[in-house]
Amino acid sequence: MNSIRPSLAVEVAGLKLKNPVMPASGTFGYGEEYAPYLDLNRLGAIVTKGLSRNPKAGNPTPRIAETTSGMLNAIGLQNVGIDAFIAGKVPYYRGLQTPVIANFFGNTLEEYGEVARKLNDVPEVTAVELNISCPNVKQGGIVFGTEASAASQVVTLVRQALNKPLIVKLTPNVTDITVIARAVEEAGADAISCINTITGMAIDVRTRKPKIANRTGGLSGPAIRPVAVRMTHQVVQAVKIPVIGIGGITCAEDALEFLIVGAKAVQVGTANFIDPQAMLAIIAGLEQFLVAEGLSDINQVIGSLKI
Amino acid sequence: MKNYATIVLANQEISPSIFRMRILAPGFAAAAQPGQFVMLRPALALPTMLRRPFGVFRTGCLPPECDGLPPREYMEILYKVVGQGTKILSELHQGDRIELLGPLGRGFDLGPPGQEKILVGGGIGLVPLFMLGEALVAQGSRVRLLMGGRTRDDILAVTEFERSGVETYVSTDDGSLGEAGFVTKVLERKLSKYPQAEVFACGPTPMLTAVAAICAARQVNLQVSLEAHMACGVGACLGCVVKGAGHSESTPRYLCTCKAGPVFQASDLDWGKATAEAAINCGGGCK
Ligand SMILES: Cc1cc2nc3c(=O)[nH]c(=O)nc-3n(C[C@H](O)[C@H](O)[C@H](O)COP(=O)(O)OP(=O)(O)OC[C@H]3O[C@@H](n4cnc5c(N)ncnc54)[C@H](O)[C@@H]3O)c2cc1C
Ligand SMILES: Cc1cc2nc3c(=O)[nH]c(=O)nc-3n(C[C@H](O)[C@H](O)[C@H](O)COP(=O)(O)O)c2cc1C
Ligand code: FES
Repeated sequence: MNSIRPSLAVEVAGLKLKNPVMPASGTFGYGEEYAPYLDLNRLGAIVTKGLSRNPKAGNPTPRIAETTSGMLNAIGLQNVGIDAFIAGKVPYYRGLQTPVIANFFGNTLEEYGEVARKLNDVPEVTAVELNISCPNVKQGGIVFGTEASAASQVVTLVRQALNKPLIVKLTPNVTDITVIARAVEEAGADAISCINTITGMAIDVRTRKPKIANRTGGLSGPAIRPVAVRMTHQVVQAVKIPVIGIGGITCAEDALEFLIVGAKAVQVGTANFIDPQAMLAIIAGLEQFLVAEGLSDINQVIGSLKI
Repeated sequence: MKNYATIVLANQEISPSIFRMRILAPGFAAAAQPGQFVMLRPALALPTMLRRPFGVFRTGCLPPECDGLPPREYMEILYKVVGQGTKILSELHQGDRIELLGPLGRGFDLGPPGQEKILVGGGIGLVPLFMLGEALVAQGSRVRLLMGGRTRDDILAVTEFERSGVETYVSTDDGSLGEAGFVTKVLERKLSKYPQAEVFACGPTPMLTAVAAICAARQVNLQVSLEAHMACGVGACLGCVVKGAGHSESTPRYLCTCKAGPVFQASDLDWGKATAEAAINCGGGCK
């Protein structure tokens, strides 16, 4: 019996992670909320709630509804704003021994640029994840991430403004995700994360009303995993930069699907709500898998898809 | 072939990880040809995924019994079956596994001891008032509990409340138990008698709105316990927000029910323009 523990360490966009498991933005607060339930230092990284230039109040309620093996949410990107984040939330990160990835978004190109510049001056933030699933209010509300030229424009701008590793998070609500993936790679992204939620709708048949006030919401959870694995696979094939897989991961086996199609790391979202310790179980499960398969390094699994 | 809705008669592990299952299937043998197969699925409702929030009713401790086990602490919830999640809960048996996260959120502020305290509970909203009543009695306050419901079936655990040292006043909309009418009528009467009392309420929104209007009009301090759809329960998802005082379209102010609540000072909340009329029009019926 080999008593040496297998290595789970991976490298994504120049970030050295002790394991490939991190929370998905918006499902883990600013990290601190879950500290009573798990040791944050055991995670590969922490990913913050999506931040914007100004504080954002979010959508009316109800904002969430459970659906079969998933949930719809229309939180409306409620967040404290970049300044309050830096003043109020960042100090907590000083004692941590795991990288902090700040997720952010904007409604105009200028907003994206401004937040990126502010994050440059925050040493506690190791890398940023750019959420481009937002409408550009100055251009008729077209979602940045659904059009290659708009995606390219915003990534180019942030790349110029930012001196940290840049992960770009893609929306699945597109005809061909590989087109967007190539566009953001060309524009200077260091890594891609995918997928964000899939737009959905659910109706209360008794009241005839949508179950969430915003009418539509983003579907997440196990229901979207096959779509997410497929898109991760496509993106891995399309680009050379590392890919982080997201969507419906609840256990080690789910995470392995993404790693096998070539994701260098994974993010866990909705599963945190079901079990606050889900990520720890996933990390332990990955290690067990390596042991059971007689492997010494998680990198032997990454991209091991057989077709 | 036939679509059976049937039961498992036996399901035994006959060798490590190998099970033999016997299923009740009248008429099957006569129809079955060698080499045929069946399609099976457990007849369970699709398990719900997210946790459901429930108030803590009370806690306790089982003494060491004849089974010789050490004393076992427990907590209790009282819940009403309203949908799939609560239905599945209701079908659990002794020994079935369950996952519990908590205690979570911000509870009641007991306020100064030795005071008149009025508790208003509508239907299942009684739940969080039990431990509150106990604590208030322990701090030397006089506690009156107004229990409201649509019918007698909504009035729960009266003796248990009484044993804890609170005075109970029951009212039902249909008069099937206690006084006939809305619990808010009883509240108005008690507040006329004890205008310095502090009020604590939990129940359906129309009742809470009416209670808030009554207390605001009399300038009586009120704490309410709210319900909201929740995914995480720990302040991470921001799914559970309610409108705070001063909320408007242009300056929205949302508070997290799971973190800032579920108990709020009524004055911290936005009760909408309906508040003033609510007491008169709906009477706070426990609809
Ligand atoms: C702080 C708090 C304390 C509560 N305490 C109690 C209690 O002591 N006893 C009790 O019977 N009920 C209590 N509830 C309400 C209880 O959580 C809901 O009745 C339950 O979630 C319904 O689940 P379901 O799947 O059966 O219903 P469904 O209607 O099928 O649920 C669909 C979704 O809506 C949510 N939902 C539906 N109704 C409510 C509601 N009233 N509040 C919150 N979420 C809801 C569910 O959680 C689920 O996500 C409490 C709620 C909160 C927020
Ligand atoms: C309640 C909630 C809030 C979210 N907020 C954000 C956000 O602020 N920014 C973002 O990029 N993604 C956000 N997401 C999307 C998740 O990060 C993730 O991409 C998605 O939920 C799919 O993963 P899952 O199936 O593991 O949940 C949110 C998802 C949920 C459920
Ligand atoms: S339930 Fe998630 S923030 Fe309150």
